[in-house]
Amino acid sequence: MTIKEAQDELIEDFELFDDWESKYEYIIDLGKQFPPLEEQFKTEENIIKGCQSRVWLNAYMDGELLKFEADSDAIIVRGLVSMLVKVLSGHTPEEIASADLYFMERIGLHQHLAQTRSNGLASMLKQMRTYGIAYQAAE
Amino acid sequence: MTNFPDIASIRKDFPILNEVIGGKQLVYFDNAATTQKPRIVLDALSGYYEHYNANIHRGIHHLAEKATGAFEDTRRRMQKFINAPLSEEVIFTYGTTDSINLVAQSYGRKFLKEGDEIIISTMEHHSNIVPWQMLCEEKGCVLRVIPINDEGELLMDEYEKMLSGKTKIVSVVHASNALGTINPVSDIIKKAHKVGAKVLLDGAQASSHLFLDVQALDVDFYALSLHKIYGPTGMGILYGKKELLDAMPPYRGGGEMIKEVTFEKTTYNELPYKFEAGTPNIADVVAAKYALDYVDTLGKDNIAKYESELLKYATDAVREIPGLKIIGQAKDKVSVLSFVIEGMHHQDIAVILDNQGIAVRTGHHCTQPLMSRLGILGTTRASFAVYNTIEEIDSLIKGLHKAKKMLG
Repeated sequence: MTIKEAQDELIEDFELFDDWESKYEYIIDLGKQFPPLEEQFKTEENIIKGCQSRVWLNAYMDGELLKFEADSDAIIVRGLVSMLVKVLSGHTPEEIASADLYFMERIGLHQHLAQTRSNGLASMLKQMRTYGIAYQAAE
Repeated sequence: MTNFPDIASIRKDFPILNEVIGGKQLVYFDNAATTQKPRIVLDALSGYYEHYNANIHRGIHHLAEKATGAFEDTRRRMQKFINAPLSEEVIFTYGTTDSINLVAQSYGRKFLKEGDEIIISTMEHHSNIVPWQMLCEEKGCVLRVIPINDEGELLMDEYEKMLSGKTKIVSVVHASNALGTINPVSDIIKKAHKVGAKVLLDGAQASSHLFLDVQALDVDFYALSLHKIYGPTGMGILYGKKELLDAMPPYRGGGEMIKEVTFEKTTYNELPYKFEAGTPNIADVVAAKYALDYVDTLGKDNIAKYESELLKYATDAVREIPGLKIIGQAKDKVSVLSFVIEGMHHQDIAVILDNQGIAVRTGHHCTQPLMSRLGILGTTRASFAVYNTIEEIDSLIKGLHKAKKMLG
């Protein structure tokens, strides 16, 4: 699945919900289902500190592909993190570095990305792209 | 005022309360961060720009004189608000943080030396920690911290033990933004003065709730922000005793603060101007007077009484939420209700409440050392102002039940 296809699939999933409650219940469910990051990866190095919640991001190369695992101590952020991982993980560093991300805006969740300091989500996205650029350069 | 609280009519004074957020009527419980502004303050702001915008103190024309008059009116109004003996003891700043920095950078750099001690408390806002740390780093002073008990009250015995001839400054918060605790500041000041230390009170949170009398307190410095007292953002004051302010050097250079400038030597203007370099925040200062008038017209005692009723109602009501623990259970509190709910992250709570139009604040409230002392990462905080209602608190409780259901 391409980054575009993964985004379109999420947009389609969210079209089913017509109120905030069911939308957030779904995000909470995604958060609950998302496998937790192993404790060994919850390091100072992998932490992205927001004012409010913490996000951990672990990145590694699997052959040609850059993969991500992540976690957060807040369940809604966890759900949002799982969506970013679903969209971006398992693509080449080039694809990740240059990806056009539009799904958060289309789903109406872009305010979570705008709150730079509060939830660490915007910083996580930036960090994912930075890994893309770094691994691209390392190749 | 016989029919206080006539909240319906008070609410009409605040246009923003009509905002609808995602189809829901705004419930604004983030008053400890900033209060909303009544119409008369908004009108004063636009009235200034529409009718007498001019740079102050120097111009010989009608607008400049009118603007200067209004600016200085606020200083006298502020003097009355805190019962300062002299109007020149009121220095306009950008806010509480700026006021504390002024004292640290001017008084601190001139009068403190290596080995001197500064006492703060565990419940300080970062604004009352970092400026002192910067001073300590530069001068080799020692920062000491008054511990608290689990209710969120200062351990006064420990404070007394810390005081000595080495203590030069005691800088504590009058009322805690994170816990609501009202500190025994009169006692703190008396004890500090016995060892010759000067006392600064961070009044950011206290100033909208408590009656202020700097003379009765005999406090040396008092810092506050107008945006937390229904006034504009970007301005506050530093009150300081005249003999201290006179002895302090200016710490920002520029226009307004000078008497005479040559390339060889500059002589400084007198109080309060020597601390007000550059064109000040004229519009906001002018409008601030109307915020103080508004508060005094309602009556601070009336406001405090009503807010404590709201706090009591909310405190009793949140107890019905399973797993909820109130953080900050001091005997004396301003209308700040901080809590954690077992198994729920404060940010998740805030997102769910926000979707119901309810604005609260979550996180560490810029008091990270306090949060570590309490062993938590943050709280959810609802803080009440004069325009809030019992019905709004009921909405909060309903909202919390919903959060519990969705997140539990």
